[in-house]
Amino acid sequence: MTKNKFLLLVLFAALASLFITAKVYAQDPAPTPASATVPSDNEVNLVAKKLYCPVCPNTPLDVCETQACKDWRAQIRDQLASGWTEKEVMDYFVTQYGERVLAEPERGGFTSLVWMLPLLIVALGLVFVGLVLKSWRASRLSRPLVQTESQTGTGIPKQILDKIEAEIRKVD
Amino acid sequence: MIPDIGLIALIIAFGLSVYATLLSVNGGMSKRPDWVASARNAIVAVFALLTISVLSVVYSLNALDFSQAYVADVSSRAMSPFLRITALWGGQQGSVLFWAWLMAGFVAVVVIRKWDADRELMPYVMFVAMLTTTFFVGVVVFITNPFTKMWLVPGAQDLVIAIFQPLNGQQYIPADGSGLNPLLRHFGMIGHPPTTYLGFTGFVIPFSFAIAALMKNDTSSDQWIRTVRRWTLVAWIFLSIGLILGGRWAYDVLGWGGFWGWDPVENAMLMPWLTGTAFLHSVMMTEKRGMLKKWNILLIILTYSLSLFGTFITRTGVIGSVHAFSKTALGPAFLIFISITFLGAMTLLMMRWSSLKAEHELESLFSREAAFVLQNMLFLAITIAVLWGTVFPLITELFTNTKITVGPPYFKKVTGPMFLALITLMGITPMLAWRRQAVNKLLSRLAVPLSGALIMAVARALINPKSPAISLFSIAMVTFVTISILAEFWRGTQIRMSTRGENPFTALIKLVINNRRRFGGYIIHLGVIMIALGFIGDAFYKQETQGTLSAGESLTIGEYSLRFDGLEGYMGSDGREIVEASTVLFKDGQQVKVLKPRRDYFVVQQQPVSIAGVYSTAGEDVYILLVGWESISNQSSTFKIYVNPLINWVWIGGFVLALGVLIGTWSQARGRSEATYSLKNQPEDGAVPAPAAAPSIGD
Amino acid sequence: MTEINPEPVDQTTPVEPAPNRIWSTTGRLVVVFLVVGLIALLAWGLVQAEKTPLEEGMAPDFTLTSFDGRTYTLSDLRGNVVIINFWASWCPPCREEAAYLERTWRKYKDKGVIFIGVDYADAEKPALAYIDEFDITYFNGPDLGTRISQSYNIKGVPETYYVAKDGTLRGNHIGPLFEPELDNRIDELLSEPYTK
Repeated sequence: MTKNKFLLLVLFAALASLFITAKVYAQDPAPTPASATVPSDNEVNLVAKKLYCPVCPNTPLDVCETQACKDWRAQIRDQLASGWTEKEVMDYFVTQYGERVLAEPERGGFTSLVWMLPLLIVALGLVFVGLVLKSWRASRLSRPLVQTESQTGTGIPKQILDKIEAEIRKVD
Repeated sequence: MIPDIGLIALIIAFGLSVYATLLSVNGGMSKRPDWVASARNAIVAVFALLTISVLSVVYSLNALDFSQAYVADVSSRAMSPFLRITALWGGQQGSVLFWAWLMAGFVAVVVIRKWDADRELMPYVMFVAMLTTTFFVGVVVFITNPFTKMWLVPGAQDLVIAIFQPLNGQQYIPADGSGLNPLLRHFGMIGHPPTTYLGFTGFVIPFSFAIAALMKNDTSSDQWIRTVRRWTLVAWIFLSIGLILGGRWAYDVLGWGGFWGWDPVENAMLMPWLTGTAFLHSVMMTEKRGMLKKWNILLIILTYSLSLFGTFITRTGVIGSVHAFSKTALGPAFLIFISITFLGAMTLLMMRWSSLKAEHELESLFSREAAFVLQNMLFLAITIAVLWGTVFPLITELFTNTKITVGPPYFKKVTGPMFLALITLMGITPMLAWRRQAVNKLLSRLAVPLSGALIMAVARALINPKSPAISLFSIAMVTFVTISILAEFWRGTQIRMSTRGENPFTALIKLVINNRRRFGGYIIHLGVIMIALGFIGDAFYKQETQGTLSAGESLTIGEYSLRFDGLEGYMGSDGREIVEASTVLFKDGQQVKVLKPRRDYFVVQQQPVSIAGVYSTAGEDVYILLVGWESISNQSSTFKIYVNPLINWVWIGGFVLALGVLIGTWSQARGRSEATYSLKNQPEDGAVPAPAAAPSIGD
Repeated sequence: MTEINPEPVDQTTPVEPAPNRIWSTTGRLVVVFLVVGLIALLAWGLVQAEKTPLEEGMAPDFTLTSFDGRTYTLSDLRGNVVIINFWASWCPPCREEAAYLERTWRKYKDKGVIFIGVDYADAEKPALAYIDEFDITYFNGPDLGTRISQSYNIKGVPETYYVAKDGTLRGNHIGPLFEPELDNRIDELLSEPYTK
């Protein structure tokens, strides 16, 4: 029993570590400071990736091909060239076009709810699963025959097997 | 003339649908088999009539009958006959008619087949299925009718769209139609709606059976679950293929180098797929162990409602749309129908709750039952997380009056780990026995796959030391599952070889053929792993670069370099202007392929389409976009290159998925999958024998 | 390892476990509440999605800061006829009406008519270039956070809204304006009497 519990804990820890590594991975690498020279397309795209086109539906700013988006990317390039940090560029976009221009809602305020609920769901889910499984174990009838994975030929005469089978069926 | 026939057939079909709906349930409750038989005939007639209706629309599309508003909207002279026919589902009205037709077809098949085993349930099954069909046909008749014409009415600013001539109206027949949106003229978008609708409508059948069982209050028998097993699998594979085709379209046509963007419309399709997959597995629990009956019904109700919800979101633009949608009653109609059916079904479930007796007993937390419960919980958690992320912008707008976007970062971070957990379970569960798994046996079975997984992860880390931990974990899990599944094939083949002296090839074939359900399942899982591989490549190992080149210059990314040779502009067929770049791709200095990425501009629709030049191998795609150019004569152009590792495994996985379903649904002799409670007898014909038997997924 | 217990199975251990504890009445109520909440949310969303550009009622108030730093608040402009035009530099149809708008402004600027150009979701450089190109002299400013356009429910650009002297909306025009429509509408609105 203790060994099982231990293994369960290990599995749970593994699952939990998944979330943790996900969160760690999710933290973006520190943005490279804007260079004094003209930023490359890739540098612009790094910032544009985190933004959505303000006027096209569900299109990230780095892939949008409309003239408006090209203008915006040019604007980002200018801002980066003037020494703006990524955060400053993104804040500017939010002021100009509203919060929907961010691909990822800000962590503070009302929008933090979007992150909290899934954690809550998973926690509740695990609790629920635990409770359900526990109650199933508690209600277990003492079965005439326990079939385990390592069952070999049992050496029980067929009539008794048949009788047992009939009784199992009768239980319902 | 032809459109009129189509319209009349449609209207009669509606009437007969209502008739069938009412008569079937009345016949069932009043025990009038003659009524039920009449309803059955009506159902077949509905399908026949809708077929006439569909054919008339197809005819008009192909014959370019521009007096029809729908034809003028989606068809055009420049389109090939094939495209014109597929334009049936290219617009709102046609696609709802198409859906209704498929739905009616499925119900017709259900009532035509032999139903001796389900005689008691059938009237109620017909009722629920026809209720859905009637709704869809009703929407087609009253809200989005494909037989409308265009009228010029003095004083009105725009054309009036109506079936019947308005006062003083004159019919307007344009010289040419607008044509199908150029973005949709791709095999992915041609195949995506039919397969998706087949998936959605397919799930209505198990739903109907579940509700029928509840209505009949005959929940001690699980026969309906066996009856619907094949339906569920077929619906599931169609929905899966629909998702994959949608992804393929996005990849080929939308030009952002990816195939899944967590867009609300994509999520709308994903959610019923998730609950549908959970349902597929939980019915196995009910079949084998009589457990999870209530949960099953809950899952199929959710799948049904989420399918309708998906359509609702897609067609009404409630979430995430900037475009104006013409005001139709489609939105309210769907919302009301979804609410009524969901609440009604849930109420019924609540009423029958206590009578859904189940033999819930768990011997050990290390058992297949426990794993299944965990798996189902994960599927549901992912579904809720996706639903939450999809509707959250709406909630924020309601409470703070600000519009926000919940984009891929949220979905990836939240669902990624859960999907990973599911994959892990996929590898472990076949090793778990029903009831109780001896832990030492489990560990010995785990040894080989886990070591393989560890080796792969370490190898990956050595090749690419910057790999984030979670990517290594993902690779490890994928390897783990692959090895553990292949081990099942290996073990079974080995046994056949030793007990029957067959050669490896014959042993393998016979093994699969004699255990279709089980090995079909394994093959499906292998397909899922391949698709997961594609997602892993996309999430962690993608590279991109962008740069402007003059003729002769090269852009480098990783081991590839792209040399730009020149730009050319010309007119294409079907009225598009094309600007095409000639480029050559090199890998490690060796020329690999000549690629011609281009930008098409469809003048009439004012729609630009980007067509990438792609170099595909099993390991990765090099995806090249022509992003901009100064002017054609100037010859300086901007290119974007994506290197997408492992992406082709998504499409390969799709085929494997289909193969697995084919094998799994191919009828096995009835006796084998039956008796839930019989002890494992000695095998009669050389199936994997009991002593060293791996516990089976689906014997 | 395996045990056979041949006791007769008439123990009265209930088959039904006690999950009712989990699915209690409060649990069901919570679920019902959530579902109804979701439906209500979607219904609200539907209503929002189908909102059309405003045509009547009091014109939603706003404060706009122009590109050169001045500010205007709509409610301060009572007594004037106000023409609100939503545009963007990336919008081709906007260019079709730009010259006409400027001409009309110059014709009516001393007659109690105010033109306000609201620049929707635009970048500063191209916006200023556009203003330069058409030599636009009436008041123009960026719609920060796209709040103003949201309050008027615009569905695209260009769109023009007519505000009478008393601050009420008198309809709109979707798409580019052509001669003499704007002149006519302004004359109509100007002819209305206005007392403070």
